[in-house]
Amino acid sequence: MLSRVAERVYWMARYLERAENTARLMNVYSNLLLDLPRGTKVGWHTLIDITGAHEDFIASGRSDDERSVMRYLISEQNGISLFSTLAMARENARTTREIIPSEAFEQINDIYLFIRENASGQISRSARNQLLEQIIEYCQQLTGLLAGCLSHNHVHRFIRIGRNLERADMTTRIVDVGSSSLLPELIPESGVELESAEPYQDMLWMSVLRSLSGYQMYRQNVENRVNAEDVVKFLLQDEEFPRSVSYCLNQVTGCTSELSSNSSALRQVGRALRKVKEAEIPTLLANGLFQYVDELQVEIAGIHDQISATWFLPHT
Amino acid sequence: MRVDWKAYNPGDFYDEIISSPNYARKHARRLVSYLRSLKPGELSARKQAASLAIQTMGISFTVYSDAGNIDREWPFDILPRIIPSTEWAVTSKGLEQRVRALNCFINDVYNAQKVFKDGIIPRDLIFDSGNFRKECLGIKPAFGTWAHICGTDLIRDKDGLFYVLEDNLRVPSGVSYMLENRTVTKRVFPELFENYDIVPVTDYPTKLFDTLAAISPRRVKYPEVVVLTPGIFNSAYFEHSFLAQRMGAELVEGGDLVVEDDHVYMRTIDGLARVDVIYRRIDDLFLDPAVFNKESVLGVRGLMSAWVKGNVGLANAPGAGVADDKVVYTYVPKLIKYYLDEDPILPNVPSYICSDKKQCQHVLQNLDKLVVKPANESGGYGMLMGPQASRKEREEFARKIRANPRNYMAQPLISLSTAPILGERNVEPRHIDLRPFVLQARDSYVTPGGLTRVAMVKGSYVVNSSQGGGSKDTWIVEE
Repeated sequence: MLSRVAERVYWMARYLERAENTARLMNVYSNLLLDLPRGTKVGWHTLIDITGAHEDFIASGRSDDERSVMRYLISEQNGISLFSTLAMARENARTTREIIPSEAFEQINDIYLFIRENASGQISRSARNQLLEQIIEYCQQLTGLLAGCLSHNHVHRFIRIGRNLERADMTTRIVDVGSSSLLPELIPESGVELESAEPYQDMLWMSVLRSLSGYQMYRQNVENRVNAEDVVKFLLQDEEFPRSVSYCLNQVTGCTSELSSNSSALRQVGRALRKVKEAEIPTLLANGLFQYVDELQVEIAGIHDQISATWFLPHT
Repeated sequence: MRVDWKAYNPGDFYDEIISSPNYARKHARRLVSYLRSLKPGELSARKQAASLAIQTMGISFTVYSDAGNIDREWPFDILPRIIPSTEWAVTSKGLEQRVRALNCFINDVYNAQKVFKDGIIPRDLIFDSGNFRKECLGIKPAFGTWAHICGTDLIRDKDGLFYVLEDNLRVPSGVSYMLENRTVTKRVFPELFENYDIVPVTDYPTKLFDTLAAISPRRVKYPEVVVLTPGIFNSAYFEHSFLAQRMGAELVEGGDLVVEDDHVYMRTIDGLARVDVIYRRIDDLFLDPAVFNKESVLGVRGLMSAWVKGNVGLANAPGAGVADDKVVYTYVPKLIKYYLDEDPILPNVPSYICSDKKQCQHVLQNLDKLVVKPANESGGYGMLMGPQASRKEREEFARKIRANPRNYMAQPLISLSTAPILGERNVEPRHIDLRPFVLQARDSYVTPGGLTRVAMVKGSYVVNSSQGGGSKDTWIVEE
């Protein structure tokens, strides 16, 4: 397998996963709004923060109201939006279409044409819901298609590595935001007494779980009702939930073990996994998770660097 | 929309479907009556289905423009063009003969050079050609084949006969569209296939792979064949990717390849892997920055040396373009006679070469009746369409010809045959040509049919996709 092709299918998978996760996040966030008491408002820019585009967004001088945040995340050409992400996924697919099953390329092309058709102009809340759900569905179909039609060879492995790294990364971001930024954003509007944020805290964690399709699985696996500690534990350390950081990194280990000259990459995945497993969640929650999450993200980024250095084309 | 053949009038051009108003040619009768039988609305529905299929299948080509490169959907007309197999049998022989002679010629130019000594063609004419590569002198590729893949453009004049318009021996493109056109037609018009015995075209990728594998320097069962593309921004990228996929070959860019000790390797996730044959889709001058264009980042340093040493097969061979020069074209009938001692089966379009004083004079005096073409351009660029050009354009062109006569040749305005396309309201005649593809190494292969290109603009002769041309599925049918 060509190094360049490995790199492109890896990025294709990352972008697709990113699009799916962004769509999930936006959907859940919009729904969360409906559950909040009147008189409170949620800062839409939290969504921007999760994508890591905070500075770019501020610099562009936009206001962080619902409409402009959503436009930023759906249709603008900014490298972050669903449109941009899916365009890049398609571009990577287009440059490797001799490798991936034609049905898979057609599916990716369809997703791209779909967003290109539908993402422009004003989108109402209900239309937005449909759009996001359609994207999630398309991405899920594609994952199934790749699992069912592509030989489980190196191409498939690089796709899985890309997908799982992206997923692990996104889960850490969501945990981070859940623990630090969501709550303070329940700002009482002037003249309204907000009694306690507590009941809403659990609701927020529920939303966090939902954004990762994890609520049901959480309920089945965790005895306790939804609470910060158990949710964070579940999302970071659960061995069976396919969107937990631990699970994703185990997948990366599995795929990486099948490749040649994998020692330094494996070592780095091992470091990241240790970091996840050794985390003392109650202590971290008490002291603020964000620093830990930062460190974990550095380890995950380190996996990408090792993979890139070992198997991708040297960048000149 | 309902097809009304009475309103279909190709004028005095040869039409592929009707022989006189409202009277179908024998091989087209079933198509014509089938189309007539369709309910209004049915045809437009099929047309839409085709364009949707093309969009989803991602059949595209890139247009270079000032506003950047745009990936465009392939323009396609759903009505097939039909050629009877008896006629095609002869044409196919003629193509095979022509490419055989051209390969003899190229091999002779770079080796024995008998053709000059025997006074068939002037040496200077060849050595001055922009496509002559002195670096190739003395090289003997396998089977003496230089042009392994050739796209020959045919047109049908008013007399209904096929003429060769030009040979493309460097990196001819279009074959993927020929294959995809068939796929799309099957998807949207399956009923049509029940009425005809159509020769399948799906063989091509296999034949192409066999041709490439045949020139592998290593005698191994599965030589490593790669397709070398300039990358995603090339207008034919879709095709490069398509052919690689269908052959099960790697699609590589210059950066994927490296030459060590005069052997070519590709960078894989398991380290370097030996490459045996390169189907290169980049121009000679970009192949190897050590030998040709020093600025080229598309090619591979050391590639020429690896080829010269016989450690890698290159298709088409560098320098093969010397024979698709439009001036050399005028000599091809003579070359066929000279190398093969056979009469040419396919005629050339009558041509004048401007390097010949007398012919040049004739060209300059008749610019309003002639089509003048530069020797080395492709894609229909840099041409003068005399009868349609303004006086000013003709005068400007005359200056260009006088400044560099070697670079030009002229042909009378030949009339391209017409075939119906599905217009807004009815079938309408449009001019078409045909590009069959010829493969040659140990064996020869000619595609059944080829790519029919259509000038989608009414009355236009320009069939190039870069300039608004479209295409049709082409059927060779048994009678």
